[in-house]
Amino acid sequence: MIPYIWLVVLFPLLGVIINGLAGIKLPRKLIGIIGSLAILGSFVTASLIFKDVIGQGMERASEVVLFTWIGCGGLQVHVGFLVDPLSLVMMLTVSGVSFIIHLYSIGYMAEDEGFRRYFTYLNLFVFFMLILVSANSFLLMFVGWEGVGLCSYLLIGFWYQRKAPADAGKKAFVVNRVGDYGFLLAMLLIFVTFKTLDFTKVFAAAPQVLEHGGLAVTLITLLLFVGACGKSAQIPLYVWLPDAMEGPTPVSALIHAATMVTAGVYMVARCGVLYSMAPVSMGVVAVVGCATAIYAASIGLLQNDIKRVLAYSTISQLGYMFLACGVGAFGAGIFHLVTHAFFKALLFLGAGSVMHGMAGELDMRKMGALKSKMPWTYRTFLVGTLALAGIFPFAGFFSKDEILWEALQQNTFLWAGGAIGAFMTAFYMFRAVFMTFHGESRVEGHVHVHESPSIMVIPLCVLAVLSLVGGWIGLPLIEGGNQLREFLSPVFATAGHAAAEHGGHQAGLEVTMMMVSMGIAIAGILLAWIMYIRNPALPEKLASRFAGLYQLIYHKYFVDEAYDAVIVEPIKNGSVFLWRIFDSRVIDGAVNGTAALIQWASRGVRKLETGQVQEYALGIVGGVVVVFYIIFIMP
Amino acid sequence: MVPTSQYLVLGALLFTVGVIGVFIRRNAIVIFMCIELMLNAVNLTFIALSRHLGKIDGQVFVFFIMTVAAAEAAVGLAIILSLYRRRQTLNVDEVNLLKW
Repeated sequence: MIPYIWLVVLFPLLGVIINGLAGIKLPRKLIGIIGSLAILGSFVTASLIFKDVIGQGMERASEVVLFTWIGCGGLQVHVGFLVDPLSLVMMLTVSGVSFIIHLYSIGYMAEDEGFRRYFTYLNLFVFFMLILVSANSFLLMFVGWEGVGLCSYLLIGFWYQRKAPADAGKKAFVVNRVGDYGFLLAMLLIFVTFKTLDFTKVFAAAPQVLEHGGLAVTLITLLLFVGACGKSAQIPLYVWLPDAMEGPTPVSALIHAATMVTAGVYMVARCGVLYSMAPVSMGVVAVVGCATAIYAASIGLLQNDIKRVLAYSTISQLGYMFLACGVGAFGAGIFHLVTHAFFKALLFLGAGSVMHGMAGELDMRKMGALKSKMPWTYRTFLVGTLALAGIFPFAGFFSKDEILWEALQQNTFLWAGGAIGAFMTAFYMFRAVFMTFHGESRVEGHVHVHESPSIMVIPLCVLAVLSLVGGWIGLPLIEGGNQLREFLSPVFATAGHAAAEHGGHQAGLEVTMMMVSMGIAIAGILLAWIMYIRNPALPEKLASRFAGLYQLIYHKYFVDEAYDAVIVEPIKNGSVFLWRIFDSRVIDGAVNGTAALIQWASRGVRKLETGQVQEYALGIVGGVVVVFYIIFIMP
Repeated sequence: MVPTSQYLVLGALLFTVGVIGVFIRRNAIVIFMCIELMLNAVNLTFIALSRHLGKIDGQVFVFFIMTVAAAEAAVGLAIILSLYRRRQTLNVDEVNLLKW
C-alpha cells in the first residue's frame, strides 16, 4: 500500500476540483458529503499504509518519488513522499481530525451562503497540509507550508465582506510571511551547504558536513525556527492567531488548533537531526517555547471571548510542544501535538456549538448556566477541559507530563515555567467552563438557547472519547507502555536523548512529579471554582485592586499596539511617501518630463520646415559644400 | 591659346551665378533659367576639359546633358504651368503649403 501514498494527497485535491468547479450545481448535502468523503479517503489510505509500516522492521522509512519537478543543473528537486512513523502520525492526525471537523461543519455552516466555497477551501487546506507532512524535501514541504498559509488567509477572511475578518486574514498572511522569510533563508543555507534539499540526503550527510554546534547548523536551525514561530504562533509572531478567531469556528478548530499551527512543531521534529547538532538553537527553542507558554496563558486568564481564551491556550500549548523539542524530547512534543489536536479541536467545536446555540454570542459574560440547556456540549467540553488541564487519565495528562518530566531533566527553570503555565491553563480553562456553563444565567432575554443538532454533537463525542483514550498510547513508567515513542524511535534515533535510559532509578521521582503536576492542575481548578462559583464578586474586586496589571494583561500587553506603532505605521508612512512623492513626482515626472522634453525639442526643430523650396535647395547646396571641403580640402 | 584654366573659371562663375539665382529669384521661370544656366556651365567645363585632355568623351557627355536639359525643361515648364493655373502666381515664396 505504501507506493499509493499519493492517494492520501489526491483525495482532498479531487474534493477541491469537484466542489470548486461543479459545486454550484450540487445540493448542499452533497457538497458536504463529497468534502468529507475526500478526507475519509485520505484517512483510510493512511491507515492502510500505517498497517503496512507497523508490519515492517525497525527501518520504517520509505520514500516514494513521483517525478522530477525541478531539474536545473545542481538543483534537483523531486516530488515525492516520505513514509515514516513521524509523517504517518501526522497524516493520521490531520486526516482523522479533519474528517471529524468536516462532518461537524456540515451542520455548523448549513445556513451559510458560502457553503460550497467553505468546503472547497477546507479540502484545499487538507491537501496542502498533507503535502506538508509527507513531503520528502524542504522545497515540497515549503509548498505545503505556503499553501496552508494561503488557505488560512482564505478561511480566516471567509466572511470577507466585513472588515474584521478581512483584516485578520491579511494579518495572518503577512505575519506568516515574515516567518516564511526565515524558512526561505534556511533553505538557501541548506542548499548551499548540502547541495540538495531532500530530507533523507540532508539528514544522512549532516553529521559529516556540519560541525556540531558550528555557525552553519546554528544559523540554519535558528532560521527554520523563525519560520516555525510564524506558522506556530510563538513569540514574537503569534499576534495573528487571536485575530484569526474571526473565521468560522470549525476553521479555528482545524487550522488554528489541530493542524496548521502544528506544522512548525512537525518541522522542528523532522529536522531533529539538525537541531540536536546545535545546542544554542535548542536552547532558544526551549526558552521561547516556555516563555510563550507562560505569556499566552497569562493573557488567556482575562479574556472574555470564549474563542480568544482557546486561541491563547493554543499558543500556550504550542509553546509546550516547542519546549519539548528544545530539550530534545521530540517524541514528547509530537505526542502532545496529537493529544492537543484531539482536545483542542474538541474545545473549539464545543465553543462553536455554544455559539450555535446562543445565536452567535461569543462573550462569556453573557453566558452562564448553560449546562442544563446544552448537556452534550457541556459534557464534551468538560472532557476537553479536563484533558487540556492535564488531569489523569485524560490525554493531556500523559503528554504534558512527559514534557514537564523531560524539561525537568534538562533545566529546573524550564520545568518551573511549564508548571506555572499548567497552573494557569487549568485555571483559565475552568474559568471558561464555570462562566459559560455554571453559575447564574446572564443570557440576554431574546436568545433561545438550544442544543446543537446531532451532526455537530456526534463529532464532539468522538473527539471526547479520543481526548480520554488518546493519551494511552504514551504511558510512562510501564515497560512497553509508551507505544508512541516506540513507534517514533527510528525517526529520532539520531536526535535527542533517549530518556528511557533514565528508567528505573528515577521512577520514584517521576511518580512524584506526576503527583505534583496533578496537584498544580487541581489547584488551578480550585482557584477557578473559588473565584467563579463560590465567590463571584472576587474577580471584580481583584481587578480593581490591581487595576494597572489587569489593564495591561487584558489588553494583551499592548503588543498589537506596539507592533502597529513600530512596524505597521512606519511602513504605511513609507508607502505613502513612496506613492505621493516618489511615484507621482519622480517617476511620473521623469516619464512625462521626457515627453515634454521631446515636445519642446520638436517645436524648435520643426521651424526648419518652412515650405520654401528655395531654402531646402540652399540646405542641399550647403551640405555639398561642406562635404566637398571635408573630402578635398581638409588635410 | 586661351589657357584651359580660364574656361574652367568661367564655368565655375556661371555655375555660381546660377546657384545664387536659384536661391534668390522669386519668379519660378527665372529660377528655371538659372537651372539651365547651371547645366550650361557644366557643359562648358566638360568641353574645356575634353579639349585639354584631347579625348572626345567630354563632348559626347555634353550631348547627353543637353538632351536631359531639354526633357527637363519640358517637364518643368509643364509643372510651372499647372502651378500657375492652380495658384495664379509664379512667386515661389507663396508656394508654402508644406510650412508647419
